[in-house]
Amino acid sequence: MTDSMRAETVSVIGAGGDAIEAYLAQPLETAPVGGVVVIHHMPGYDEKTKEITRTFAAHGYLAICPNLYWREAPGASPDDAAATARAQGGVPDDRLVGDVGGAVRHLKSLGSSKQKVATIGYCSGGRQSFLAACSLELDAAVDCYGAFVLAPAPEGGPMKVTPVGHLAKDLSCPLLGLFGAEDQFPAPAEVAELEKILTEEEKTFEFHSFEGAGHAFFATNRPSYRPEAANEGWALIWDFFGRYLAG
Amino acid sequence: MCTYQTVSLALEGSGKGAEGWFTVTDGSVYFDHPVHARAEHTLNIDLLNPGRGPSSRVAVELNPASARALAEAILETLDGGPAALTAKT
Repeated sequence: MTDSMRAETVSVIGAGGDAIEAYLAQPLETAPVGGVVVIHHMPGYDEKTKEITRTFAAHGYLAICPNLYWREAPGASPDDAAATARAQGGVPDDRLVGDVGGAVRHLKSLGSSKQKVATIGYCSGGRQSFLAACSLELDAAVDCYGAFVLAPAPEGGPMKVTPVGHLAKDLSCPLLGLFGAEDQFPAPAEVAELEKILTEEEKTFEFHSFEGAGHAFFATNRPSYRPEAANEGWALIWDFFGRYLAG
Repeated sequence: MCTYQTVSLALEGSGKGAEGWFTVTDGSVYFDHPVHARAEHTLNIDLLNPGRGPSSRVAVELNPASARALAEAILETLDGGPAALTAKT
């Protein structure tokens, strides 16, 4: 494996047949490789999320990040797009599933695809990665500190976010959960409850909670960054994808 | 966490954004991750004109103490002004 890649903006067909922007990073490999759909956090389709997308390509995976705010704010800067999407109520769950499904199809259409695809999401994207894995046929999914999977989000205001824990019975693939032990959203009790539900549903999953880490410990540009948890988390991701995407 | 907690309101006024002055028609107030401030969460205010597009936005990200001080200063200023000019309507 080399770390050579090609990274570019492409168009994918998402929910409702809409063409939306996405960032695609492809290893320059001829052998078939697995794919990863990166679901960006609520602050948007930003430089750091594109960097994460390239990291997967550098490790030998096709990776794509759909711009979930494309419809509300085509061509806008990520922060303006996120503000616009928030003011309009955020990304509806059914649209998220359609857009991630389009990104999965796009990866599988590439000549170097092994036809195995995972999702990974951070923060609000963690909840959305779980939702996608319960709504689409996937090969693996990673939920990085997704809040409001089980607990209801605050009421009032334009944002429409509902719990999705009842979908656990439909989880289509192995799930890796990475959480901060000091996070309150999701709090350890909510993580434990999700663990219990997945166990009862006899799903394949593994959860890891890191001491000394709170929310967003992977975010290298934020005060919440915790290098030890992030490094260990990345190692777990490579191991997980190695088992379910690379094989 | 992403709190999702957001208050939206209609506004009348003007703001100066990246492309100059524009008419403000809407506002969002929320406590969530900032884009620029060095904090995990801040009180964020967006002054918007959706009709002009996403870039018609004035944004601020304040720590909670600053946000409360600003809110109090706004009310103090309005309360101290001529009643006929600063009435709610």
